[in-house]
Amino acid sequence: MLETMTFKGLLLTPEVFLSVGISLVLLLAAFAKKGTQAMVPLFAQAIVGITGLLCLASFNIQSHELWMGMLLQDQTTSLIKVLLCLLTVITISFSRHYVRNRAFMQGEYWVLMMFSLLGMMVLVASQHLLALYLGVEIMALPLYAMVSMCRDNSLNAEAGMKYFVMGALSSGMLLYGISMLYGATGTVGIPEISDILSDADPQMMHIAMFGLVFIMVAVAFKFGAVPFHMWLPDVYQGAPTTVTLFIGSVTKVAAVGMAYRLLHDLLPELSDTWQLMLAGMAVLSLVLGNIVAIAQTNAKRMLAYSAISHIGFLFLAMLGSGGDNLGIYLFYVLVYALTAQGAFGVLTILSGEGGEIETIKDLRGLGKRRPFVAFMMMLFMFSLIGVPPTAGFYAKFLILQSLLENGLWLLALIAVIFSVIGAFYYLRIIKSMYFEEAELVFDPRIPLDAGCALTLTGALVLALGIMPTPIWALLQRLV
Amino acid sequence: MLDLPVLSVLTWTPLLGACLLLMTGERRSAVFHERLAFFFALVHLFFSLVLFKRFDTTIAGMQFVEFADWLPELDIHYALGVDGLSLPLILLTSFITVLVILGARPGIKSRLPGYYAAFLMMESMITGVFCATDSILFYMFFEAMLIPMFLIIGIWGGANRLYATVKFFLYTFLGSVFLLLSLIYMHLVAQEAGLSNTFSMATFAGTLFNMTEQKWLFFALLFAFAIKIPMWPVHTWLPDAHTEAPTGGSVILAAVLLKMGGYGFLRFILPVVPDAAAAYAEVVIALSLVAVVYIGFVALVQKDMKRLIAYSSVAHMGFVTLGFFLIFALMKNNRIESAMMSLQGALVQQISHGFISAALFFGIGVLYDRMHSRKIADYGGVANVMPWFSALFVLFAMANCGLPGTSGFVGEFFVILSGFQASIVTSVLAATTLILSAAYTLWLVKRVIYGEVVQKEVATLKDITWREGVILSSLAVFVLGLGFWPQPLVNCMQASGSLLLNQATQSKL
Repeated sequence: MLETMTFKGLLLTPEVFLSVGISLVLLLAAFAKKGTQAMVPLFAQAIVGITGLLCLASFNIQSHELWMGMLLQDQTTSLIKVLLCLLTVITISFSRHYVRNRAFMQGEYWVLMMFSLLGMMVLVASQHLLALYLGVEIMALPLYAMVSMCRDNSLNAEAGMKYFVMGALSSGMLLYGISMLYGATGTVGIPEISDILSDADPQMMHIAMFGLVFIMVAVAFKFGAVPFHMWLPDVYQGAPTTVTLFIGSVTKVAAVGMAYRLLHDLLPELSDTWQLMLAGMAVLSLVLGNIVAIAQTNAKRMLAYSAISHIGFLFLAMLGSGGDNLGIYLFYVLVYALTAQGAFGVLTILSGEGGEIETIKDLRGLGKRRPFVAFMMMLFMFSLIGVPPTAGFYAKFLILQSLLENGLWLLALIAVIFSVIGAFYYLRIIKSMYFEEAELVFDPRIPLDAGCALTLTGALVLALGIMPTPIWALLQRLV
Repeated sequence: MLDLPVLSVLTWTPLLGACLLLMTGERRSAVFHERLAFFFALVHLFFSLVLFKRFDTTIAGMQFVEFADWLPELDIHYALGVDGLSLPLILLTSFITVLVILGARPGIKSRLPGYYAAFLMMESMITGVFCATDSILFYMFFEAMLIPMFLIIGIWGGANRLYATVKFFLYTFLGSVFLLLSLIYMHLVAQEAGLSNTFSMATFAGTLFNMTEQKWLFFALLFAFAIKIPMWPVHTWLPDAHTEAPTGGSVILAAVLLKMGGYGFLRFILPVVPDAAAAYAEVVIALSLVAVVYIGFVALVQKDMKRLIAYSSVAHMGFVTLGFFLIFALMKNNRIESAMMSLQGALVQQISHGFISAALFFGIGVLYDRMHSRKIADYGGVANVMPWFSALFVLFAMANCGLPGTSGFVGEFFVILSGFQASIVTSVLAATTLILSAAYTLWLVKRVIYGEVVQKEVATLKDITWREGVILSSLAVFVLGLGFWPQPLVNCMQASGSLLLNQATQSKL
């Protein structure tokens, strides 16, 4: 008995380690002298890295329920946690220099980021609706603070306020949906609800359906799918670039985990209904995201609309027969998160020493001034378009294949046509970097770790495009 | 040497060269970069000649086959092979790339290593397109090729290059997404039928599609390749791209890239959806005739030399599609030999157009480097100051009109001749090209080369350098060689061509 207790306790090691680590980082930040302050992000990075390794170590352990069935430990959750930690490590490398040169609360910034990561790890592992809600809140609250880090900047404050209000609203929706399910079934455990609903009478299904609508709204809010996307461009543009980088990549992976739990695990009985909703929102997101992005001049805002269109694609991946395409959308979100990380990372690196590089014009002549950075950015743009040999191609290929397999050729057609329309604005960035002359002489030094992070993301985007087999085989094995 | 995977070497060597060039950056001298690029292009040419030497013309199927697992979960393989249809195109690619690299230097001044690297990258991708026997591998090369071309036009192009390059990219990308959807759909049908290796082109050719499927696939594939080749009315990207691209870009675009569209017809339309192709052959024939006749008239009124040649390319590529689809009309009348002739005519026309259009664009490049103008009106009387150039240019102009004895004659003559067996009207309309192309090309020659020297800039022009001389005269050798003795080329394509004809005329229903 004792043995199994310790064993089960061990499974929580990553989360426990991360929590302790966060406290240590906070202490270090509070008491470190001026000279050692610079160590804080490195320390935070090390802790997140070790957490990731711990998750990796528990990858092959059989699946277990922890804490009276509130959390689940299986290969899928381990894998998602590893991805979250990996992306966060890269994020810290990209942002260290940027944050140091801004009037942020230095130590707290990293603590908030780590708390948000902890929330995501709880969220993706949850087997219980309250644990899930807890995870969502732990993830979101630090983000509100991070978005409004530069209090003096009005755009920043606006973004923070908007994010907070919208986020609170979506949490409310989620709670309301959960309460409906609880009212209908009398429990909040995800497998239990799913069990009860599998042979429920029509009346109970009606209530569950009602709950589904609210849960769906909350999920769509978290992703930023049309028509619940209003906050997304403002937050992406208004937040400091490093925060946009974090929100634009890491939280997307967590949102996929959340959607998976709430839709596939919780409500498989209603899959026809939610697939219809997803399909509708997917089409709207593809249309609006791709068309509005064309009109943008701010690169961050443009990438925000691009994110909306990619969420449309992601939703398409969730359609089709039951949950057996988890592999596809995990692959898609991994590729998207890496690529978005790279793209925002380039903007972060370039605005390292105080000046903000955010409009497409600011990138003019980058091909000449910084051939390597420009080349990487080009790679990311082609990956977002979905041109081989970048990873974006396979992500798109897999989704189109699953759509056609399920006979959804009209959706496939819409998806490809809008991906062509979308190509236009990604090309504008390449155009600006390579075909236009430099106006700006602002040219920051690129710190070593940010350079490494950039090389790593670029290499991964290329490697996954040429040789996706290892990852793809792993993801398929999970299902 | 014998065990070397020739096709892989052929495909990846230029890419290696491109990487080396990018790594050396701008630190070394232009001569160094040129030599490096030239070396890799020569290696490619050498290996493609080895391929040609060891190629067995009596075998219809794929030779030098390479096969390896690449993405086994998705049934995608690294599969290469050449047959009589792809080998001439590979040789053409090698040869033209050598010339493009040789011809770059006086004209291109900025970012030279990048320029060479882009062309070597293109060579890699194009070779890959012609070697791949797995359709997804084909698609990857087909798409990846857009990246270097986009940069070539955008970085080294003319004044309106931004518009042209984005238009080029989006147009071709639109075509290729339809190709992708079709490939996935065909794969799913093949999978359902229990076939193995379900992304392979050979499997597609052997898969039975019902008429509804064939119809949809036919139109999607037609759209994809019609943009690439390009056919009227989706040709509008071509004049812009051609006009704004640097000389080397126009040459590669006209000589090789357009052939990828034609090659797509051979691999994905004729053998895969033969019944739909037969049912809608008239549509394609009509579109091709519009290209030949209407675009011929459009070329006549152009004021820009490059634009004129670009439109002439569209008209000449119209013959290729015409030749491909005449076979269905001919097979209805049971004229197998004429059908073969029409197919051969189209294939020869592809290669011949590669040489002629490359030569004409090089010629215009020679003038542009000296005068920095593409306007026909800015020239006149060039023959007085550049006799050598003028002699060669007139030769190429004659080849463009399809004068007997030049390569331009062979393909067009085959197609027109076999067309008579199908329908007189088609044939007569196709034959108007002989008048139209003579009209626009010779009028161009008259206004540019002959006459009195009016502009004083023209009077100071110097004749071609040795470098330009080598490029133009080697092209002249091929234009005349193919015109007098097309037999080696025809032999090379004979076996694979008749296999293709069999596939195209065998109903899948």
